[in-house]
Amino acid sequence: MSVKEKFELKLGAATREAFGKALVELGKADSNVVVCDADLSKSTFTHLFAKEFPERFFSCGIAEANMVSIGAGLASSGKIAFVASFSAFVLNKGFEQLRVNVAYSQIPLKVVGTHSGISIGEDGPSQMSVEDLSLACSLAGFTVISPADEVATFELVKLAAYHDGPIFLRAGRVKVPAIYAPGQKFELGKAITLIEGKDITLISTGLMVAECIRAAAILEDEGVSAGVIDIHTIKPIDREAIANAAKNTGCIVVAEEHFTSCGLGVRVAQVVCETNPCVMEFHGMGDYYAESGTPEEVLVHYKMTGKDVAVTARKALARK
Amino acid sequence: MQKTSDIGELQAIARRVRRHIVTMIGAAKSGHPGGSLSAVETLVTLYFDVMRHDPANPKWPERDRFILSKGHAAPVIYAVFAEAGYTPADSLNTLRSLGSIYQGHPDRRFIPAFEASTGSLGVGLSLGLGMAEAARLDKSPARVFVMLGDGEIQEGQIWEAAMYGGFHKVDNIVAIVDYNKIQLDGFVKDIMEVAPLADKWRSFGWNVIELDGHDIAALQQAFADAAAMKGKPTVLIANTIKGKGVSFMENNPKFHGVAPTKDEVEKALQEIGA
Repeated sequence: MSVKEKFELKLGAATREAFGKALVELGKADSNVVVCDADLSKSTFTHLFAKEFPERFFSCGIAEANMVSIGAGLASSGKIAFVASFSAFVLNKGFEQLRVNVAYSQIPLKVVGTHSGISIGEDGPSQMSVEDLSLACSLAGFTVISPADEVATFELVKLAAYHDGPIFLRAGRVKVPAIYAPGQKFELGKAITLIEGKDITLISTGLMVAECIRAAAILEDEGVSAGVIDIHTIKPIDREAIANAAKNTGCIVVAEEHFTSCGLGVRVAQVVCETNPCVMEFHGMGDYYAESGTPEEVLVHYKMTGKDVAVTARKALARK
Repeated sequence: MQKTSDIGELQAIARRVRRHIVTMIGAAKSGHPGGSLSAVETLVTLYFDVMRHDPANPKWPERDRFILSKGHAAPVIYAVFAEAGYTPADSLNTLRSLGSIYQGHPDRRFIPAFEASTGSLGVGLSLGLGMAEAARLDKSPARVFVMLGDGEIQEGQIWEAAMYGGFHKVDNIVAIVDYNKIQLDGFVKDIMEVAPLADKWRSFGWNVIELDGHDIAALQQAFADAAAMKGKPTVLIANTIKGKGVSFMENNPKFHGVAPTKDEVEKALQEIGA
């Protein structure tokens, strides 16, 4: 079956909406689940939980640092506590609190950042988050999750809730193509190989996974067998999946909606260097900030499409 | 651990705590004596009279919580923990050395009785609010006590927390400002004035009690008044003397973060008495 036949990539819900729905399901099943938000509940979709369980929803006002510490206090008292805001705010304004009250204190708080990457669009760079994976991965003991679609988000939020440790989960604003069928099983730390390839492996996370599938379809038409791996858990990273990809295809492109200097790519490269060194290229945001525009315009302008990933793949293949 | 409301007995514990503080910081050759000594009566009153806790069961779910948000005053709580039986007294002098449970700042990886690892200023009150909210949700009688430094409240997050506590009427939390008027670089009034403290907290919706933070009877009364206050969080503005109990440390900014020499330890122990 061709890549195009295997993946329809019909537009599904935004990952932030799937997160909000998962919270409601968790809240119904477990009265121990609590949620904090910092005046963005209508954007993060925690308003769904707030409406169902007002007594378990803590509105913290526009004070993310306070919210993170309050969440840590709730979690340290035995609650399954989620705190949510835009990634750009909860990580940057709450970083000190995440480091001291959560990571260092070994508190199993669940942190969800929505509106990640540049695909937030119109609001522009102050709200865009292109360094969140780097920040989250630098918190010792954190598990860092970046789901690719609605189904993945729904399942991974539920896994995150009952994971015995702190979590950062990266969600996005815009509707994204559906990759997984309902019922797909996920395991934290276990990457999913969507397409087996022989010539090159495209490794990605979040909304760029769908773009890598599109790139694989383009490359397939050119006679190139490109594999695609979804790294939904950035940390701990699936070393085995990466090492095998490096060994079997000898050529890797990592694509991400994040600074390439400090995101998924460098973490993949670390594993490749330690296992089966091979040709690598890194596709994502360089050392600059994006600008306003519709999400589609911004993604095209900053080369976050399957066509662009295919260009980078050809560059990598030429070096092989 | 024997709890007591007897002022004479509490004062005797306070003297032992002061001796531990001076001795352990002297042995470590570094640490923060001034702000440890100013907080002694508050912590002794809390741990030996006011708080519901059990050293044999530090994770008792309905225990009262204490957070030393001014984490650099670690020696005072180490001394109190040792006196209460949470941790061994005979290793207090390993303070700040590799492998010791008595780390430079409170570290719950080494001492489970700590509700929080602290040391970075400004975060403890928010953390306490989360614990207080959890207790309210569970209809638990647990109360939360958070000690803040007067310099520490220059941190903005304290006022985010103050706003939250007042607005959400978190009446099972008590903040204590150890108002000793000195911070690392000098007198608080010269670095970044925090006065008028009572007005500030009152305007954020808190029940404010001003008192002498070395007067155990006044502390007992204030904690009782705080427990009786419904619909508002309480803050104790504890007027204290930095370095209290050791004449050459009292009101001396030098002893914010400098250890006494061997001779100074001897002199201090003589002054404190047995």
